[in-house]
Amino acid sequence: MSGITAERAIPGAPPREPSYLTAKTGLASWLLTTDHKRIALLYMAAITVFFFVGGAGAVAIRIELFTPQADLLSADAYNRAFTFHGVIMVWFFLIPSIPNILGNFLLPLMIGAKDLAFPRLNLASWYIFMAAGGLAVYTLLSGGVDTGWTFYTPLTTAFSNGNVLAAAAAVFVSGFSTIATAVNFIATVHLQRAPGLTWFRLPLFVWAIYATSIVMVLATPVLAMVLALIFAERAFGIPIFDPLRGGDPILFQHLFWFYSHPAVYIMVLPSFGVISELVTCYARRRVFGYNFMVYAILWISLVGFLVWGHHMFVSGQSLFASLAFSLLSFIVAVPSAIKVFNWTATLYRGQIVFDAPMIYALGFIGLFTIGGLTGLFLASVPVDIHVTDTYFVVAHFHYIMVGGAVSALYGGLAFWWPKITGRLYPEGWARFAAIMMFFGFGFTFFPMFIMGYLGMPRRYHVYPEEFQVWHVLASAGAVILAFAYLLPMGFFAWSLIWGRRAPANPWGATGLEWQTSSPPPEENFHTPPVVEQGPYNYHPEHAGPPALEREQHQPQGRQP
Amino acid sequence: MSDIAARNAALRQPWRSLRRQREGAAFGIWIFLGSEVMFFGCALLTFAVYRSLWPDAFAAAARETNITYGTVNTALLLTSSLTMAAAAEGAAAGLRRLTLCCLAATVAFGIGFLVVKGFEYQEDITKHLVPGAGFRLEAPQAQIFFAFYWLLTGVHAVHLSTGIGIATVLGIQAWRGSRMLASPAFEALGLYWHFVDLVWVFLYPLLYLGGRS
Amino acid sequence: MTGLGEERPASTAGIWRATLPVWAGLMVLLVATLVGAYLELGRFNLVLSLGIAVAKAALVVVFFMQLKRPDPLLRLAACAGLVFLAFMFTLTYADVLTRAPPTQPGTVMPRSIPDRPAAGQRAF
Repeated sequence: MSGITAERAIPGAPPREPSYLTAKTGLASWLLTTDHKRIALLYMAAITVFFFVGGAGAVAIRIELFTPQADLLSADAYNRAFTFHGVIMVWFFLIPSIPNILGNFLLPLMIGAKDLAFPRLNLASWYIFMAAGGLAVYTLLSGGVDTGWTFYTPLTTAFSNGNVLAAAAAVFVSGFSTIATAVNFIATVHLQRAPGLTWFRLPLFVWAIYATSIVMVLATPVLAMVLALIFAERAFGIPIFDPLRGGDPILFQHLFWFYSHPAVYIMVLPSFGVISELVTCYARRRVFGYNFMVYAILWISLVGFLVWGHHMFVSGQSLFASLAFSLLSFIVAVPSAIKVFNWTATLYRGQIVFDAPMIYALGFIGLFTIGGLTGLFLASVPVDIHVTDTYFVVAHFHYIMVGGAVSALYGGLAFWWPKITGRLYPEGWARFAAIMMFFGFGFTFFPMFIMGYLGMPRRYHVYPEEFQVWHVLASAGAVILAFAYLLPMGFFAWSLIWGRRAPANPWGATGLEWQTSSPPPEENFHTPPVVEQGPYNYHPEHAGPPALEREQHQPQGRQP
Repeated sequence: MSDIAARNAALRQPWRSLRRQREGAAFGIWIFLGSEVMFFGCALLTFAVYRSLWPDAFAAAARETNITYGTVNTALLLTSSLTMAAAAEGAAAGLRRLTLCCLAATVAFGIGFLVVKGFEYQEDITKHLVPGAGFRLEAPQAQIFFAFYWLLTGVHAVHLSTGIGIATVLGIQAWRGSRMLASPAFEALGLYWHFVDLVWVFLYPLLYLGGRS
Repeated sequence: MTGLGEERPASTAGIWRATLPVWAGLMVLLVATLVGAYLELGRFNLVLSLGIAVAKAALVVVFFMQLKRPDPLLRLAACAGLVFLAFMFTLTYADVLTRAPPTQPGTVMPRSIPDRPAAGQRAF
């Protein structure tokens, strides 16, 4: 082990200084805290609740689809179930998950700062998020919404019987929270970096969160305005998208997808950052092509804004626009491919340890590759016309958003769990859960590619019997997947009490967050850090692996 | 010496220096304003598309707005920006009297704007310019123009009211002495106020000046 | 003094000397745009009035919002929104201006129905 891993405990000093968890006690010290680490835990609690709420919708959907007939839900109830699943999972789980839990906790630690730039704004954004969540739950209790998470007009404005106004208000309010957090992250990365931490010494996770924040700041307000337009049209009857009075419903789709396509990158860019940290640590390699990884992140966040029209190939949008958006969609695949290639090249001749976070990371790379490649099918106009609004699309975006983002979230949680709580999780159980998540996910969503290609349309609760075998397979896989999501919650909770105490740097990882104690003190660092080298310094810069002789195996990763 | 003490009192965690804290506040507000640009830009894009689709109906509808109220309000807001700029500069220079007077004037101009706007709304309602049954104009697309008129001026008024509220709070804090003049809040408020002014600068030609020639 | 290392006026008179000319310029532009709106320029009325609005915005941004300060960070943040706004306008118009006739909004001619029965809820 290198010198980085040595604990910073000074001999003779009191054995355990109070960490951020124990420095203050009482409910008020949590609910009024401005410490980014505690706010991250507040977000973790809230987002876990929403994960269960949204997951309940998924359970209802998968049980209903077990048979071709409608046995559990009526058509209307089914509409409400998948809408609620979508709204909660997108805006209250996926978008805030990695940025607000891991980003909030790690961003200041990774750049050697005491806190985020605007600590009180950070707390305020949590309360706004909770208010939005309250509105979302109210929507559910008051009957739900039946429009799908896309809120397409004129269904939403004139014909839907659901509580569209409350749902739109919930999403609108959650946007404030997103923007507040993003402003905070951008200002922090620009102005709070430790001495010596230049832009191209930043860990890729910081770059990813930074790029995500830019997308959040520039895309979320468009959603807010377009939902306000929907709200105004429905609530006050003023015509905006009403075709009878000269309005253009396709315009709504443009504006909605101007947000919602970049929103996909909001969900998956932070995962890229997490995976870069995991792969380098468990392969003991510098990341391959650091500069290109950075440019790829920035390129995605820029070009991701220019491709929204590929959601609208069959909407009546002009053919010229479809071709332009198709071309741009192919272009945005290039940086994603760069990232996959670079992770693979990072693994090459690395000393790979199959600990749980690494299994999650490898699973992510596989699932993201499948999700990304099927995205190319959908970006090409002729194929898209064939599979629009089928389960092929459902499978594609679940591969990116669930297979990708949730794998990265669980991998990142496992990796930084010792830093967050000061306890080690049980490795064997974690590996089991990680493998199970990969296979459960495949069983659930791969059949959807097949039935979608065969023509099974999405958003129907009754379907021809020929699709039943695929639906049964998906529902059975969903049981495995649900178990793989619940199991870590169990053993993480177990580790809080019975887990072994973690040293400052249990994985021998580089990065400033591992240089402070686990869990960190309230002010993050005992001595303000100064950075003198680039990230991922797992071996000397130009000394790659020897080409001919085998590298000697070294004990790394978990201590025996 | 008291100057240094005052500046230390204005410094907050986690900033290392007041200079950096000021830059951070201005930068944070600018990012937020970028977000606001997209917010209003989205509505303006919708407006622009409809205006290019239905130019005649939009011109006819724009003639129905009250250009006197609109012009007076533009002048009021531009002048409030002047006093706001002077207040922010005064706070940075530590000129207490100037800051307080100018903040009060800014709030007064802002409230004046809202009062004029209230009269205008009242007139619009009596002239049946609210979209829906009994709308004044024949062309159905004219209703879209007025949908945007109500929406954009309404959202702008909400922004302005927020600005007035913050300016009032900051003014009272500065008057009582509980907020140092060196605090970056004055400059941040100024940036926000000028942005709200800028929104109106674009709403004025789009909503009031169309179809006049 | 406490700012970002730029020259700022330190006296009341200095502050007014720096801000009043900007305000005068804004007022001149306001009168110009009002007069311009009544000139017979056809479609260039809109160009003129929006051009003047951009000029007013430039005055406010550069002088009142202090972008004349040499702080690249703030200038970058100020430009970011405009760049992405340009993307949004360009690509949306790429559709709106090239749509095939049957999908143009004007094809289904709007009829002036006072209020059609809608199942959705209304606030009032």
